[in-house]
Amino acid sequence: MDLNAAFSAVADPTRRAILARLAHGEATVTELAGPFQITQPAISQHLKVLEDAGLISSRVVGTKRPRRLSKSAIDAMDHWLVMLRNALEKNYERLDEVLAAMEQTKKTTKEMK
Amino acid sequence: MSKLSLKTEGEKYVVVTRRFNAPPAAVYRAHTEPELIQQWMLGPEGWSMPVCLNDARPGGKIRYEWSNGKGAGFHLTGEFVELVPPNKIVHVERMHLPDPTPDNHIETTFEPDGEGTFMTMRMTLPDAQTRAAMLATGMEGGMETSYVRLENMISANAELNKMAS
Repeated sequence: MDLNAAFSAVADPTRRAILARLAHGEATVTELAGPFQITQPAISQHLKVLEDAGLISSRVVGTKRPRRLSKSAIDAMDHWLVMLRNALEKNYERLDEVLAAMEQTKKTTKEMK
Repeated sequence: MSKLSLKTEGEKYVVVTRRFNAPPAAVYRAHTEPELIQQWMLGPEGWSMPVCLNDARPGGKIRYEWSNGKGAGFHLTGEFVELVPPNKIVHVERMHLPDPTPDNHIETTFEPDGEGTFMTMRMTLPDAQTRAAMLATGMEGGMETSYVRLENMISANAELNKMAS
């Protein structure tokens, strides 16, 4: 799975709305197009982007191709954001220590005066 | 409980907020004085910043170089746009991996919050695609290690799914 493609795919508000709808369960193109003021071909184009990014998958049921969320892809993106947050948090925990040491130095300097 | 918040806003923004138990003057110094920056802006364990140039005045240059001590490294360059000590820093930066990433325009504010400081770092990327790429490749401090770990995790996951089906 290409995380870059996945994050690009969710940058679009319509695609985020489609993912939100699919979080409630499998849906067909007709069902997905329902709430949007856009054509079915446009929805299909968005679905293609989501599918290429590995965020959704489809199966064939008669003449229909219902889409569903690909759980491992969503988990991977979640996991990535958590790691990014953790790396930043690690930096800021070190900054907390630097700030505490600065405060301590200031106090010591004052006492020496 | 993590004190850090990282959120995307609209198409092009990433907003990071965090509170510190020190006044804005100290937090501002820790963001502008090289000998202080080198102690904390490091990313994962095992990385250091052997080169830290930070000319904190409008138009002044920034250059941070990270190394994992085993031959891997990358660097960041930037320029200061505006400095309002101790409350605001506006600068532009780009990572060199080794090709330069598009410019990330960053406005950092330090607001007094009781005895401490509330920091808001607002990043503006040129477009949604660039933001996506930045989030996917990690923002600073040697994220490659995490990225490799994630790739391993994803392929392990794919193997498990294959076995399950």
